[in-house]
Amino acid sequence: MDTDHVVSFDPSPMEGSEDVHVLAVDDSLIDRKFIQRLLKISACKVTAVDSGTRALQFLGLDKNRRTLDSDDGFVGLKVDLIITDYCMPGMTGYELLKKIKESSTLREIPVVIMSSENILPRIDSVMKMFLKTCRCLEEGAEDFIVKPVKLSDVKRLKGYMTRDVKVGSHGHGGGDDDRGGAGINHRKVSDTPNVASSPPSILSPTLSSSLSLSPSLSPSSSPTIIDSPIRVLKITSIE
Amino acid sequence: MDVIQWQRQHRDHQASMFREGFLDDQFIQLQKLQDETSPDFVIEVITMFFADSENLINNMKQALEQTPVDFRQVDAHVHQYKGSSASVGAARVKNVCVTFRNFCDAQNLEGCARCLQQLQHEYSLLKSNLQHLFGLQQQIQAAGGSIPTIE
Repeated sequence: MDTDHVVSFDPSPMEGSEDVHVLAVDDSLIDRKFIQRLLKISACKVTAVDSGTRALQFLGLDKNRRTLDSDDGFVGLKVDLIITDYCMPGMTGYELLKKIKESSTLREIPVVIMSSENILPRIDSVMKMFLKTCRCLEEGAEDFIVKPVKLSDVKRLKGYMTRDVKVGSHGHGGGDDDRGGAGINHRKVSDTPNVASSPPSILSPTLSSSLSLSPSLSPSSSPTIIDSPIRVLKITSIE
Repeated sequence: MDVIQWQRQHRDHQASMFREGFLDDQFIQLQKLQDETSPDFVIEVITMFFADSENLINNMKQALEQTPVDFRQVDAHVHQYKGSSASVGAARVKNVCVTFRNFCDAQNLEGCARCLQQLQHEYSLLKSNLQHLFGLQQQIQAAGGSIPTIE
């Protein structure tokens, strides 16, 4: 396995263009290995890079080239999802997100942000998380996942892909939706959002009344009933 | 049979590691990613983690020996270690990192030094426990059995 290299590329032809292709960006070697495996086991092709700069290089943003020089064995390098860590040295995940959304060629690609911010029962870290989340949402991120990422998160990720690839289905679904701000129209709601239930125990009364956060943001979160914090935030903060 | 015994020991040892807080659910997530196509995934990741740990702990130690101490630098290492320990399910190590970060924020050198010691201690305990677990795992695999996992 090419886990020692900073760009880890999965060149297996497999089903060809049916498999979704995910670009994972994380400066942590362990997290790259982990996310790569997580995605591969969920039938995704993965390219893992260690920085925002390399991600942009891979996407061809700096050179206007989307394919690697050497091989024409690759069936194009269309990226169906970008998943990036927020905290990285150099270019942060947020900065990468902005650059992608500013690009006319790339802004259609859904971007998901991962954060390792630990939710302590402290208002300031909840606020930090909330602000980070809002920033990313405003810039057009699809979702904001708290690390460590779980297998159940990947199911949700697949719902954001530009290609409508389900098991056994064909067809190219991407490109129609105009990804303006929040991209709500692109979400596949496989689970009903848990808006009303389980008020967060860690937030002050004022915060919790203006928005209800999903259980996944509380310290004692149950890992099984993960609902996207973003989904809930969006739904409650629209009015 | 031997395999059954090894499997029982493996299950018991892993259960006790969970009970004592060495590991958390994320370790189960790691195991879920292991299959015939990637049969040594957990060991590979944990081996990476060991190398990462030793490197980061050393960095923290060096950073704390500077005069004056650059607490932001120390915090950067601890933050990284917190991330990687969380990713592999090393709960006790991760928890020490959380406390450690608080001391960095407060620029409390004594607190940091104590946390560093604690980290070294926790890491060393975790390492020997995991090595024992992997030893059992290898016995099981050599005997053709499968690794029991906790759900």
